[in-house]
Amino acid sequence: MKKSEVPQDKSNLESANFRELCYAVDENGEYTTAHTTGWDPKTIALDNAIEDIHQRIEDAKNRVQNNQTSPIEYYMEFHKMDLPILASYVGIWQWRVKRHFKPKVFHKLSNKILQKYADVFEITIDQLKNLQHAN
Amino acid sequence: MQINFTHHQSAHCENGVVSNLMKHHGFNVSEPMVFGIGSGLLFCYIPFLKVNHAPAITYRAMPGFIFKRFAKRVGIKIERQKFKDPKKAKAVLDENLNNNNPVGLQVGVYNLTYFPDEYRFHFNAHNLVVYGKEEETYLISDPVMETVTTLTDKELEKVRFAKGALPPKGHIYYPTNFPKELDLEKAILKGIKHTCRDMLAPMPVLGVKGIRFTAKQIRKWPKKLGVKKANHYLGQIVRMQEEIGTGGGGFRYIFAAFLQESSKILNNPKLADLSKEMTQIGDLWRDFAVDASRIYKNRGAKADGYNEVASQLETIADKEEVFFKALKKAI
Repeated sequence: MKKSEVPQDKSNLESANFRELCYAVDENGEYTTAHTTGWDPKTIALDNAIEDIHQRIEDAKNRVQNNQTSPIEYYMEFHKMDLPILASYVGIWQWRVKRHFKPKVFHKLSNKILQKYADVFEITIDQLKNLQHAN
Repeated sequence: MQINFTHHQSAHCENGVVSNLMKHHGFNVSEPMVFGIGSGLLFCYIPFLKVNHAPAITYRAMPGFIFKRFAKRVGIKIERQKFKDPKKAKAVLDENLNNNNPVGLQVGVYNLTYFPDEYRFHFNAHNLVVYGKEEETYLISDPVMETVTTLTDKELEKVRFAKGALPPKGHIYYPTNFPKELDLEKAILKGIKHTCRDMLAPMPVLGVKGIRFTAKQIRKWPKKLGVKKANHYLGQIVRMQEEIGTGGGGFRYIFAAFLQESSKILNNPKLADLSKEMTQIGDLWRDFAVDASRIYKNRGAKADGYNEVASQLETIADKEEVFFKALKKAI
């Protein structure tokens, strides 16, 4: 890539006033560094990934409202986590966390366990139990 | 209290931390040098590991390996420590700062408050330097940022003890012992040899073979997974290749910069020619990203789009195979 060809497309970086460094060749064929504000191919990829996460959150929310899953799954998606990550944060085995996704099981959980989840998501037990409070 | 530390922005966090710490101790080592000597360049498709619900693909060596190899090859000693207890981790950090010693830390990205929201994923192999403390605020030099920044006591503890894959566990590291002069020539040769070996490895998912394997998978994706998932997977490849830290073209440009610098140090004009070739291969990777993005931009893409980008990857694999064989002979 030539230095003059380093892309300066609009991206999510701009809002944070953040420019990335990349390596390119100058007019004399020497390697140098140049700043880039973004590049469309990867901005689109990132936007798609973010949209995918939003869909997962929305989907989890609907399933909580239909009593198909517990709010734990919603908060997990909200924090961009998956099962292994959530399990390691709360310090509970994956199969148990997965079981806690069942509304029936969730309603019987002790406050001690609920508090563990609430701490990870940085909310109160009340917010954990009632999605309406959340956002 | 603040240590007199100069922040230089770099493309990748790990090279950047090493390069910045070396510069602080009076050794002018560039980022590409660290990357090349540490044999950072790689390609690996890890089918059974999922990141963000897509297969993990990496264009560089495992986190921590670059520094480890670099240190061994140039003959510096590093002190490393991991902790169970956050309080102890903090005490050791503070002690080092009091001794005027800037340190590298491994951290998780998700809670790094100065990153744009869109970039905050559960990725635990980010690196930064702490170079001072003012009351309860730590002074941070994050090599991918343009300028220095800060984190509060609590924020730093959170990122140091992030959970998930590769948890940092408060990992702290700093160089302790330096040779009088760095023996770069030998280290460069070792670094290059190792990279050639990795890229030409007889393993189906590694190096050149790994690129071909990925191409084969891409051809299968639209039928096997449906367009939506196939697009998500393809997007993930491009993100791994181009997201913050690669310097463009999946580290190929940084590697080309390393070869150019090495050709001067070793007085080997062949490496300069190979550097140009690597730049062209980097351009091919960029073209691949552009064409892949066309597919996932219009959701209803046809299957030949996937076949086309897969063929592009196969061309790249062929070129890299020739390239690394030539590189092996050039030194």
